[in-house]
Amino acid sequence: MNETSMTTAECATAQPQFREVPAVRMEAVYKHYGDFTALDQIDLKVAKGEKIVVCGPSGSGKSTLIRCINHIEKHDEGLIYVNGVELDHQRKNIDAVRRDTGMVFQSFNLFPHMTVLENCTLAPMTANGMSEAEAKDLAMHFLTKVRIPDQAEKFPGQLSGGQQQRVAIARALCMRPKIMLFDEPTSALDPEMVKEVLETMKKLAEEGMTMLCVTHEMGFAREVADRIVFMNEGKVVEQAAPEEFFKHPKSERARTFLDQIIH
Amino acid sequence: MSHFSPTAAVSYFFNYFLMKGVLVTIGLTVAAVVGGLILGMGIALLRMSSNPVLAGAARFYIWFFRGTPLLIQLVVIYSGLPQLGIKFSVITCALVGLILNEAAYLAEIVRSGFMAVSAGQREAAWALSLSPWVTFRRVTLPQAFRLMIPPLGNSINSLLKATSLASVISVEELMRRSDMLMQEHFQILEVYAAATAYYLILTSVWDAVQRRLEKHFGRSSAAKTRRLAASAPVAQASVEARA
Repeated sequence: MNETSMTTAECATAQPQFREVPAVRMEAVYKHYGDFTALDQIDLKVAKGEKIVVCGPSGSGKSTLIRCINHIEKHDEGLIYVNGVELDHQRKNIDAVRRDTGMVFQSFNLFPHMTVLENCTLAPMTANGMSEAEAKDLAMHFLTKVRIPDQAEKFPGQLSGGQQQRVAIARALCMRPKIMLFDEPTSALDPEMVKEVLETMKKLAEEGMTMLCVTHEMGFAREVADRIVFMNEGKVVEQAAPEEFFKHPKSERARTFLDQIIH
Repeated sequence: MSHFSPTAAVSYFFNYFLMKGVLVTIGLTVAAVVGGLILGMGIALLRMSSNPVLAGAARFYIWFFRGTPLLIQLVVIYSGLPQLGIKFSVITCALVGLILNEAAYLAEIVRSGFMAVSAGQREAAWALSLSPWVTFRRVTLPQAFRLMIPPLGNSINSLLKATSLASVISVEELMRRSDMLMQEHFQILEVYAAATAYYLILTSVWDAVQRRLEKHFGRSSAAKTRRLAASAPVAQASVEARA
């Protein structure tokens, strides 16, 4: 388990030579729920440092797509590589991939019985064997980065939605992931809290983090994304740079989608 | 003889013979809770397993032990099993009966607790690459346990009183020793007043312990705790059905 994470860590430090190894590579990926095809032959490559926004109507498979990347959902067919590690349902590979990826959920999923600080230190201490002091330093570093160091001793239930989501981002960052997956991070927030979370994500993007975001925030997509991936009925219908996608959507489905969400 | 003697009742309360019965009652309760929790946990895990045979076996177990009176279970273990050549000491019979019975109730409480922890909690733990053991020990168990405390408290309260049924198979716990004193002195009300006082003290002490547990494990977000706790009374109702 440690061996695998060591080698991927080496890959990251030697990034220039390994440019050709994409952060994520999906080849002919399928996912079924009974008769329903959630992912229908997905081919997708994400380069290191790239920021992808995945959008599309509800039920189009966006969430399933990013949940397959860290094996929260099991894909049924096809190949998924994350930083060169194949997600082949083997425990050690799944673990290696999860160590490389951080995930932020729509419903935050903070651990309600732990303080903000404990939420952030649990994984570094138990999965990475960090000492409590080191883990606390690390957690405070990232809590400061998401601008809520003063809430460290509170419980998640005592924070606003926006604050909780920023804690969730800090918690994920404490594992020092190379790729961040965001599954509709602002959809459960009150409108006035969306901005603070998006600002945090922008900051992360500026620092060169590889990001895949499922979001309906088209302003964010326009500003931050290198590429928009538009999905419909489990398929990637089109991919383009934001400007091109918003101005000249190629598919009819993307046009109607954009008409509906951009007022 | 048409009077009640408070002094006699007080003297029975401080009767050494009766006090030892109280200790046996406490011992039976504690052992049945510990044994029942361990066994109940295992049965709950089987019941939640995706293997239909294991889940079916657990379901059968729960159906059987919740569907028959504890009294019959105790009598069968004590007087029935020797007919098949299986013989235990009196105290073992009582413990086996109480544990088997309690496990069936606790299994359902444990299961309802785990089912009330949202799938998102487990997903977050996976995404953070927590091991299955850490996920269970630090994420799901504490949250499930908090939800289990109210129905668990109820179950332990009724178990404490249910230990009196062991008197029927001649375990000398509080009830049995009260009977023995009563048969010796014929001061029925006085003896049972003392026994009643002991049962009330024991259940009150347990109530206090339960309140502290609830306070301790409910220290996180008030709003969320209340919302989650709303799903607990399902198990509570099934416990009350036994009493």
